[in-house]
Amino acid sequence: MDRATFETRLFGVLRWVVIAVLVVVTLFPFYYMVLLSIRPIEAVLQEPGSLWAGPAEWTVSTYREVLGSVDSGGQGFVRLILNTFLVAASATILTLLVSIPGSYAVSRLRFVGRRQVHFLFLAVYLFPAILLAIPLFTVFTRLGLRGSLAGLVVVYIAQTIPVSIYMLRNYLSTIPESLEEAAAMDGYTRLQTLRKVILPLAAPAVMANALYVFMIAWNEYLFALLFLVENRQNWTVSLGLAQLAGGIEVSKTVLMAGSVVLTLPIVIIFFATERLLTEGLTAGADKG
Amino acid sequence: MVATREGRPAASERRRRPARPLTRRQRENRAGLAYLSPTFVVVLVVVVVPILWTILLAFQRLRLINIRRTGLFGDFTLRNFEYVFTSPGFWSSLWTTLVYTVGGTAFSILFGLVAALALRKRFPGRTLVRASVLLPYVAPVVAVTFVWEIMLSPQFGVANDWGTRFLGWDRPIAFLSQREYSLWGIDIPLALITVIAFEAWRYFPFAFLFILARLQAVPRDLEEAAVVDGAAPTQLFRHILLPQLGAVIALLSVLRFIMTFNKFDDVWLLTGGGAGTQVASVRVYDFLTSRLDIGAAAAQGLVLAAVLVILLVVYLKFFAPREDES
Repeated sequence: MDRATFETRLFGVLRWVVIAVLVVVTLFPFYYMVLLSIRPIEAVLQEPGSLWAGPAEWTVSTYREVLGSVDSGGQGFVRLILNTFLVAASATILTLLVSIPGSYAVSRLRFVGRRQVHFLFLAVYLFPAILLAIPLFTVFTRLGLRGSLAGLVVVYIAQTIPVSIYMLRNYLSTIPESLEEAAAMDGYTRLQTLRKVILPLAAPAVMANALYVFMIAWNEYLFALLFLVENRQNWTVSLGLAQLAGGIEVSKTVLMAGSVVLTLPIVIIFFATERLLTEGLTAGADKG
Repeated sequence: MVATREGRPAASERRRRPARPLTRRQRENRAGLAYLSPTFVVVLVVVVVPILWTILLAFQRLRLINIRRTGLFGDFTLRNFEYVFTSPGFWSSLWTTLVYTVGGTAFSILFGLVAALALRKRFPGRTLVRASVLLPYVAPVVAVTFVWEIMLSPQFGVANDWGTRFLGWDRPIAFLSQREYSLWGIDIPLALITVIAFEAWRYFPFAFLFILARLQAVPRDLEEAAVVDGAAPTQLFRHILLPQLGAVIALLSVLRFIMTFNKFDDVWLLTGGGAGTQVASVRVYDFLTSRLDIGAAAAQGLVLAAVLVILLVVYLKFFAPREDES
């Protein structure tokens, strides 16, 4: 058997091994999360290694504790879910409103400083996010924005704009310019062209972008911690969960139920739109 | 009446003259700037100005308590930098950051590459597998760090339970809170390795996604020709695929390096910066929240950014693949 045949067979087998390992490694923690969230804590402590729980053992008391209102002894996560949704949705809409014209300018229009724009974006990621926190913290305190969801939204917009513009720009550059010229012939202004010609064509990319920004905002932890921690009313789910873990004697199974509550919306959105999202994220990456 | 009528156009003509109709190029320039201005304003207000402000803060002795009263300018001093460089743990923290960043970047890209190669060809259920491989990347960091914490817990974690039962470990291993672990007589930084493993787990999907997209754009005929010539898969990879992937891997390395270098939440949530995992951004946070020392925190953060810039410049100057190669 020559090298080529040997290797082809070897990798033919190895490929399936890798696929199996990948699936287990990526899915197991999520399975474990769900499993622990529906097992009673006593059972977990007794048999930490058990990977299966029969329906007889299942409990929803953990979820009741997480989602129940504070008055009834729960953790009031319903409110946190609403907060997070509000923040993520506003950050998404506002980011797109800013980044759609921005990416159009970067991809299509020649203007002074076009080549320098990237340095501006680099600044966003070059400095540790926590560095921005100190001045923002002070300014927000003075403006009365600290502890408010609006302040958080502003920070999220700034944090997601560069990646949003970059993704959109890659997509816009694949739309032929002749379409725009045709629109100009028909008497469209630039804004009309952007709205009526470019946007419909870029709809998949815009949608993917929206989902991506939504996910980033939904998952964010550091700025929520810095700005909201004193105002329990406005906590996001991530922050609430982290505070719960640091608090007194909350059982691990309740924490896992909280984690499921935090993760589930993202997983649902992700599986529903996986194709759109991955293609939008890597648009242009295949050009090397 | 007539005079004024004649006079007006003349006057307005004179006024308008400097603003003669814009050329196409000028209009484009204006439109470009106008369309980018919202972006510019947001980034300026929320990122650039705070950074500049932080630079000023780094040169002043300031505590969190009195920041509300002080203005932008005060007594400038280098004491913060002196303090940052001489305070215990600075160099070890920088070293930890580097090990963490290089490890996290390298392993996430390596695993991403392996995953992309394995999932390259179609098979039934590929879409589903591909989607689940991306889960660690899209899931909220707080949730996944908690699961890892619980899985690795010495008291009720599945890892230690299985390890002691099936792998013959004498006693549970505290993956996230033990600094050194003696493995066959060699001390390894256990907690640091665990957070690197977490980093690789959480971010390999990102590398996977980009490498897979690039792989799928590699022209088939080249590969098919090589197969006809009897090339083995490793040769195919080495001589046909790898050269095509060079640019995307280089880009991923830079992106992941920057992101990991400044990473805060992952390490903070997993270990709180303990057991030899105090990466630099966690150190900034500690300066800020436990010592309430704004000046030192800002100085430490600036030093961190400076190190990153130096590393990037060195990379771009000496190691980055040249444009004409790709």
